[in-house]
Amino acid sequence: MFTYLLRRILSSIPVLFGILAVTFILARLIPGDPCRAMLGEKATQTVCDTFIHQHGLDKPILVQFGIYIGEIARGDFGVSLRLGIPVTELLLERLPTTLELSFAAMGFSILVGIPLGIISAVRQNSLVDIGTMLVANIGISMPVFWLGLMLEYVFALLLKGTPFQLPPSGRLSAGLSPVPFYVVWGWQVTSKGLIGILDFVSRLNLLNAILTGRPDIFWDALKHLILPAVTVGTIPLALIARMTRASMLDVLGTEYMRTARAKGLTRYMQVMKHGLRNALLPLVTIIGLSLGTFLGGAVLTETIFGLSGLGRILYDSITARDYIVVQSFTVVIAVFFVVLNLIVDILYTYLDPRVRLE
Amino acid sequence: MTEVTKSEPTGKVEKLEAEQLSTEKPTTLWGTARRRLIKRKSALIGMGILGALAVIAIFAPWLAPYPPGEVLIGVENVKARQAPCIHLLGCPADQPQHIMGIDGNVRDEFSRVLYGARLSLVIGFTTVTFAIIIGTVLGALAGYLGGWVDNVIMRFMDVLLAFPSLLLAIAIVTILGPGLINALLAIGIVSIPAYARVVRSAVLSTRDKDFVQASRSMGGSTFHILFGHVLPNSMTPLIVQGTLGIATAILDAAGLSFLGLGAQPPTAEWGSMLSAERNQVFTAPYLVFYPGLAIILVVLSFNLLGDGLRDALDPSLAMKSK
Repeated sequence: MFTYLLRRILSSIPVLFGILAVTFILARLIPGDPCRAMLGEKATQTVCDTFIHQHGLDKPILVQFGIYIGEIARGDFGVSLRLGIPVTELLLERLPTTLELSFAAMGFSILVGIPLGIISAVRQNSLVDIGTMLVANIGISMPVFWLGLMLEYVFALLLKGTPFQLPPSGRLSAGLSPVPFYVVWGWQVTSKGLIGILDFVSRLNLLNAILTGRPDIFWDALKHLILPAVTVGTIPLALIARMTRASMLDVLGTEYMRTARAKGLTRYMQVMKHGLRNALLPLVTIIGLSLGTFLGGAVLTETIFGLSGLGRILYDSITARDYIVVQSFTVVIAVFFVVLNLIVDILYTYLDPRVRLE
Repeated sequence: MTEVTKSEPTGKVEKLEAEQLSTEKPTTLWGTARRRLIKRKSALIGMGILGALAVIAIFAPWLAPYPPGEVLIGVENVKARQAPCIHLLGCPADQPQHIMGIDGNVRDEFSRVLYGARLSLVIGFTTVTFAIIIGTVLGALAGYLGGWVDNVIMRFMDVLLAFPSLLLAIAIVTILGPGLINALLAIGIVSIPAYARVVRSAVLSTRDKDFVQASRSMGGSTFHILFGHVLPNSMTPLIVQGTLGIATAILDAAGLSFLGLGAQPPTAEWGSMLSAERNQVFTAPYLVFYPGLAIILVVLSFNLLGDGLRDALDPSLAMKSK
């Protein structure tokens, strides 16, 4: 078990290395002189010479790659061309919004997708089944941004004045200003690093509202989160529902399910205890693979719902051609993705003993 | 030589079946697949929508009431973002008919949506063809040669797969510069690993089959064995993956266009049409609704067809149905 884990962790190192190599090469492919691409067309020759020397751009390419890896290992991604602040700071400031959105979307897709898939499999060819599969097929064929815009139109305009009205943009209504939980709790924090971490956590609005005991803020934040979360979560939901159904159908046909039926278990026990557990395995993979969809979907969704998360800043950086930010965000998200996949794999060994023994 | 190789696998099946069931008509893989495909309703629906879209794309100049770029200022008495006017639904007959309304630059939205079908299909086929060609060569080399070649190629594919595909495409286009061609190139690049993997595993399962061994013993060159025997017999998973891949490519291209990285205005491309009017969703929802609906239709048809093909071409399912 331990050696398996170790081997799995070690095997992701070349991939991480490769990710850095790809982004490094991409950055070198930017047309034109790097100094003027970074500092602007009007940079003088002396300014450029210092810049090139400072960033080691006059050194051999492999040495440059080494420097690049060193910088990233220290968490130094450079300074945003557009905003003039360090990318790391920007990232830490915006990440909570995206995390909250991704988790909400994931929760939505799992909590709705799995039950729908189970019902469809158990009642195969029923109306629920046909309806679910129809919606699932359309769901995976839908552009995320279109869904977002349509939901906005329906819930913010058509349902205006009804209890179903939902806000189309932002994370909180104007006038609500959540106080970080550690301030409410009266913590005296002086360490800069610790403040950074606490700030990061307190930017997760839902969590912070719970910690500070503000149900009004929690409710408001939740209402703002529903539309974007449904938007991001719909495609994974469709995938999960389809996969659960297929996997469940496979399991329902097995001998041990017949045994379970023969020994007189209730339908519920058969499906939930014997069926679902065995059907869950392929689902873990699908959910792991959907994480990329969550992140990609977040980019498109945040721009629609005016959420200032990673996606939004990526969009703004694209329009401003802020290469530094685009490049670092790509690295961070790819690394994040690799780590999550690693976690999924480890989870797999827990769920399926056969993997461990190999 | 190709004729021989093509008839080899099917010939084998034919002979086998002829021995077992000498009274029945011989079946071929493609014959069975075709029959199985026609039996599946969803695949038929997919083919139907796709056929209609192809007709629309080819005959767009005759079907569309206006050229896609024609600005109607001074031509007709219409305003920017005017609501749809359909005569059958009670729009006064003295007003010009615009089924999907007028866009922000006073052009007929319906004509633009029709013309968009052309670009959409072109986007899907070109990116996937590009990715299939490169992916096939890489996957075939990796699978057939094995060893360090396999390791180098597949580890690189792993790295590409480690990026969420849309994000990698975004990064590539940001560096290459926005534009339809660059967007297509980016989407093509990020989808290579999927094909390389499929081809590699198919090659691995074929390369030690008897007919390949036979060709090798007769002195066939590596190139000949690979492209004459192994690859033609690895085609079925590639066809399925390619069909589903077109759907993904069209969605990703629309996403890039929506972010302003793909097709640029005034091109009649659905993603960029949506992007241009996204802020008008509350005042002119029809300008957002129809291009999106068009994207859904084309992506859905490829998804349905791909699923149908997978079921039809999967020999393990074919066994069950007998």
